Amino acid sequence: MPSLGADMEAGTLVEWLVKPGDQVHRGDVVAVVETQKGAIEIEIFESGTVEEILVPLDERVPVGTPLARLRLEGEGAEPAPRPPPSSPEATAALGAAPEGGEPKPFLPLARPGPAAPAEAELRPAAERILASPAARRIASERGLDLAALTGSGPGGAVISPDLDRAPAEEPRVAGPRARPGLDLDAMRSAIAGAMARSKREIPHYYLQHTVDMATALDWLAEANAGRTPERRLLAGALFIKAVALAARRFPALNGFFGTKNFEPSRAVHVGVAIAIRGGGLAAPALHDADRLSLGELMDGMRDLVQRTRAGRMRSSEIADATITVSSLGERGVEALYGVIYPPQVAIVGFGKIVQRPWVIDGAVGPRPVVTATLGADHRVSDGHAGALFLAHIDKLLQEPERL
Amino acid sequence: MPPEPIPQTLETTYREAVREAIRDAMRRDPSVFLMGEDVGRYGGCYAVSKGLIAEFGPERIRDAPLSESGFTGAGIGAAMAGMRPIVELMTVNFSLLALDQILNTAATVRHMSGNQFGAPLVIRMATGAGRQLAAQHSHSLEGWYAHIPGIRVLAPATLEDARGMLWTALQEPDPVLIFENVMLYNMAGQLAAGAGAVDIERAAVRRQGRDLTLITYGGSLWKALDAAQALAADGIEADVIDLRTLRPLDDATIMASVRRTRRAVIVDEGWRSGSISAEIGMRIVEQAFWELDAPVGRVCSAEAPIPYARHLEMAALPQVPAIVRAAKATLGPT
Repeated sequence: MPSLGADMEAGTLVEWLVKPGDQVHRGDVVAVVETQKGAIEIEIFESGTVEEILVPLDERVPVGTPLARLRLEGEGAEPAPRPPPSSPEATAALGAAPEGGEPKPFLPLARPGPAAPAEAELRPAAERILASPAARRIASERGLDLAALTGSGPGGAVISPDLDRAPAEEPRVAGPRARPGLDLDAMRSAIAGAMARSKREIPHYYLQHTVDMATALDWLAEANAGRTPERRLLAGALFIKAVALAARRFPALNGFFGTKNFEPSRAVHVGVAIAIRGGGLAAPALHDADRLSLGELMDGMRDLVQRTRAGRMRSSEIADATITVSSLGERGVEALYGVIYPPQVAIVGFGKIVQRPWVIDGAVGPRPVVTATLGADHRVSDGHAGALFLAHIDKLLQEPERL
Repeated sequence: MPPEPIPQTLETTYREAVREAIRDAMRRDPSVFLMGEDVGRYGGCYAVSKGLIAEFGPERIRDAPLSESGFTGAGIGAAMAGMRPIVELMTVNFSLLALDQILNTAATVRHMSGNQFGAPLVIRMATGAGRQLAAQHSHSLEGWYAHIPGIRVLAPATLEDARGMLWTALQEPDPVLIFENVMLYNMAGQLAAGAGAVDIERAAVRRQGRDLTLITYGGSLWKALDAAQALAADGIEADVIDLRTLRPLDDATIMASVRRTRRAVIVDEGWRSGSISAEIGMRIVEQAFWELDAPVGRVCSAEAPIPYARHLEMAALPQVPAIVRAAKATLGPT
């Protein structure tokens, strides 16, 4: 069971998309897991043959539990002995570590890239739910969610008597729901946990800069003239691309703050804040946004928005984002000051593009402008670097043809 | 129909209870003798053996020179040769002069002789602070002795245990150390007229409560009980465990209580670092981690030589208000 975010302790396997004997390839969606964030599609990062399904449908298992056993390509066919898989090369358990050892996080198994060490630190002590050992044991026995409880113990820890005041977890309803895979209440509580942690732990600093959008909008209009409506580029794609390129240049704003240290990420996976009707919010990652063309980026955004609103995000999208962009679009207000999504260290906000009187060559005239803000983690970067970063975004937006 | 027997008790003190235990052992077993500094004519530095020389004579109540290593070694030799010596060391501070005999000889002789010899002696000594005897006479080092395999370490805190532990200890085939807290000698109370040998295996629950477990021994037991009383006034009910035996520790009694209350505070007059309280805390974590609702708390002596000045000495020792605070800290933010 992969960890799909810092606050996840367990997940329910709600759908298997493969069966023993199936060939799978890196990147295939093999299962669906239900979490607070909704139903998440689990991708596999190894290619091979599914040997054995270890977790049946509708079973809720802790993070780190092996879900299935996979025979990697080029391995012999004789069945690997069950517990324990003696070497990780011989048998790769999907989404989990060999038994006995330190529970290995899901993603590092698959992505030895720079995101891996940060992922390993996704669950530092400080971000954990404060709960006594007894409360943890009993909650796990009864299937209660500690995050939903108010602690009355030392330091506000959830202690065993608090569990007696908690309602037993409602049994999963078998019938179809209004929006399959999306539980807005659970999502709200996940947002609450992450944002409370962010404001508790991350010393934010904020910068604001107004960007002249005249050139960018002219360029967009020209570029879109030759595109069908469903292929049209939006200003949001320019924002994301500009942020991605700037993040690559300013590594102190791109990566993860683990237990103790900041781990910059070489890859730029931009989390795109997506509002969900009814009050949900998610920021799944657009992978390698700095390397995508604007067209690819636009396609990726559309796909991401559609799947997020349908409650079908992928596991890698949940945990990989290295920096977040929140863009209010046409219905918004002028400026947005975001709250960093831990363990990231920066969030860039774009307000609505508005017409404002602007001084150009000594004369005041109307110009489309947008207010870009940066909320960044002062443990990692300072206002000086943040200012250069925002200024660089401005510069990039003045040369949209190079984005 | 015979009438209900009326329980006969008599008013006594801890000091008298220890003396009665020695007297009883001397009468029951001719191989028992008492040896130590000033135990004979002077009657013992804490007057425990007062009058015994008149009753048993200088052969069996033996004054020893100021040579802890020498007479402890003599006691060990006598025990190996078939006697049942009671060696009295004035205080645990001076026992360090005999530590080589206790650790390297008494505790190891059964092992080193391939089980040909044992050293079945009892070594009694005073421990603890509170009498303004300053830093060379006031320490609580029983926790150090509880580190040593091959010996048993007792800490009688009640009149019953002061009266009853000695005889049981003398029946042991290996050395037993008995630590008598100096503040307890004057403690008066009722003791059953027929009081005799008690077990030296189990810890005792001296007060029952549901909310937390106070674990202590020796002189601190009474402070813990006072703290429990104060806590009860605030509606907090504490289990109070008197360890009685510091080696081997009665894990079962400790864990049974902690599993029920989910909280523990250890009160130990020893210094905190590397103490018996550390050992107990670790055992709780090893054996009852998943039952805990709060970090294990400790109240120990200040990590300094015990001061002479009364107010400083009192401030250096575990006291009731500190125990109450530590207990409440395990219960929550209020």
